[in-house]
Amino acid sequence: MNGIIVYSELEETALGLLTKGRELATELDKPLSVALLGNEAAGQVDVYFTHGATKAYVGDDRALTHFQARTYAAALAQVVTQAEADIILIGSTRRGRELAPRLAQKLTAGCVTNAMGLSIQDDRLVIERRSLGGNTISTKIITSPQQVIAVMPKLYDALPEAAVVGEVIPVSLELEPLTTRLMERRPKEAGIVNLEEADVLVCVGRGLDNEDDLSLIHALADSLGGMVGCTRPISHEYHWLSEDQMVGLSGKESSPRLYIAIGISGQIQHTVGIMDAKVIVAINNDANAPIFKVADYGIVGDLYQVVPKLIEKLRSELGRRR
Amino acid sequence: MNIIVCMKQVIDLEQIRIKPKTREPVIEGLPFLFGDFEKCALEEAVRIKEKHGGKVTALAVGSPKLRDTIKEALAIGADEAIILIEPIFQDSDAMGSARVLAKAIEKVGEYDLILLGDSSADEYSGEIPPRIAELLDLPQVGFVREIEVMTDNDQMPGTKKIRVVRDMEDALEVVEMALPAVVGVTSELNTPRLAPLSAILKASRKPLNEWGPDDIGVTADELGPKALVVEVLSNLAPIQDRKGINYQDVEEGVAEVVKALKQEGVLTQ
Repeated sequence: MNGIIVYSELEETALGLLTKGRELATELDKPLSVALLGNEAAGQVDVYFTHGATKAYVGDDRALTHFQARTYAAALAQVVTQAEADIILIGSTRRGRELAPRLAQKLTAGCVTNAMGLSIQDDRLVIERRSLGGNTISTKIITSPQQVIAVMPKLYDALPEAAVVGEVIPVSLELEPLTTRLMERRPKEAGIVNLEEADVLVCVGRGLDNEDDLSLIHALADSLGGMVGCTRPISHEYHWLSEDQMVGLSGKESSPRLYIAIGISGQIQHTVGIMDAKVIVAINNDANAPIFKVADYGIVGDLYQVVPKLIEKLRSELGRRR
Repeated sequence: MNIIVCMKQVIDLEQIRIKPKTREPVIEGLPFLFGDFEKCALEEAVRIKEKHGGKVTALAVGSPKLRDTIKEALAIGADEAIILIEPIFQDSDAMGSARVLAKAIEKVGEYDLILLGDSSADEYSGEIPPRIAELLDLPQVGFVREIEVMTDNDQMPGTKKIRVVRDMEDALEVVEMALPAVVGVTSELNTPRLAPLSAILKASRKPLNEWGPDDIGVTADELGPKALVVEVLSNLAPIQDRKGINYQDVEEGVAEVVKALKQEGVLTQ
């Protein structure tokens, strides 16, 4: 067994994994391939060849029309066996997090989900992930012959396109019939927001005086094309926002490009949820608030003065193109 | 409906302190509790039992502190609890824990549904539900925020079925499946009840079984340090490397921050 194989149901995520996979493949001197599963998966291979993969294993079967962890794990195990891969990188989306451990169990392999960093140290693949509710980061190695790693989506950008001709390898799958039935897919109601996916996240805390003032927070988020989240008191005590919108321990974790904390003191129970944000901005009237210790940029001031000015400035900077 | 609820006790994460010099977490002596997800799993099991009859068994592997922790599960409404607290069960990785839980579930024998928190509050790995499902060769769904037991099943008389709503990134999915199945739940599922004092007092009279390796038929080779497939090299608080540029003047702050955000390339509208 000697090979790295990448799988995600999302093309963008798979391409990002290929970027990291290419780096690991070069360091470890292993071939890099991609697994494609699902109905008519074969039609989409070229993009993977131009972004790092040299082989594409394609498993096409009616049983793969809808995602079911059991069937997908069975299919991917067959692909991995044919590819003789020992490092399996899966996008740690929700489907990926259902798939990766099940695949690992099929292979009697160790697994790490929600990996946020991969590196080679002393010829070993060292994996970083959050631990203890986000209070710490643990580094781990998998000691079984095969390793299944579910990597956080959006960690890596796709490689620049290169003209490469790859090899398409069809895998004939033997799959049991589906044991679950997808009855319906329905779009989320407006109230249900997916903060994990946010590019820009504006969060509000106890510093807000009234529920009505949320309009100010939404206006700021709108000016940035962002989503609104909150600390625990806002959702669980005041019920001004839904519990889906709570960021932090026992709430949502997000790694946006930009995170803005408004009227948030910055207790660790909240900030663990946004540690991976690229840029953190804090607005708080208390210069000693802990949030300023974890922020890149801070404005010490009354949010009711700062936020309207910020919206105005952003609109004048960004609005022209809208 | 016989339901097994797998529960993991975790230390109170809100009480963790970090040693500033070494970045090590201080966890010794912290109390154990159940996370929100597992309490929701248990609550749902009890609600299903109240509506459809049957039995709820709470199952947990962990340290001897479970003898105390598990009482909350009995107080909330589990009929019986099984804990696996022998030293050989400790220090397992997810594969080891899943193996122990699956073996214990097989020993319980009669079950329609295995409910558990989608992931634990401390590690949030989500490995246990898929691994248990694989070991028991059962269907599995995670991220479940609604469960409906379908009693009238015309297509397959005599079989039990559930319909769940699961919360995916892009949409809600309504999925039906025959039982038994493994279902991982999130905290949107329900609001767990607080056990009344009378229930807490009664809890100590409910059956609390302690099972060892012989009871579930696993050997030392399959458990403990020998069976580890994941090794932890370190576990430390992250290093903060934020810029920490603060403005005391609002006008200046707004102008400078917007300028900086443009330069950072995070304003892309």
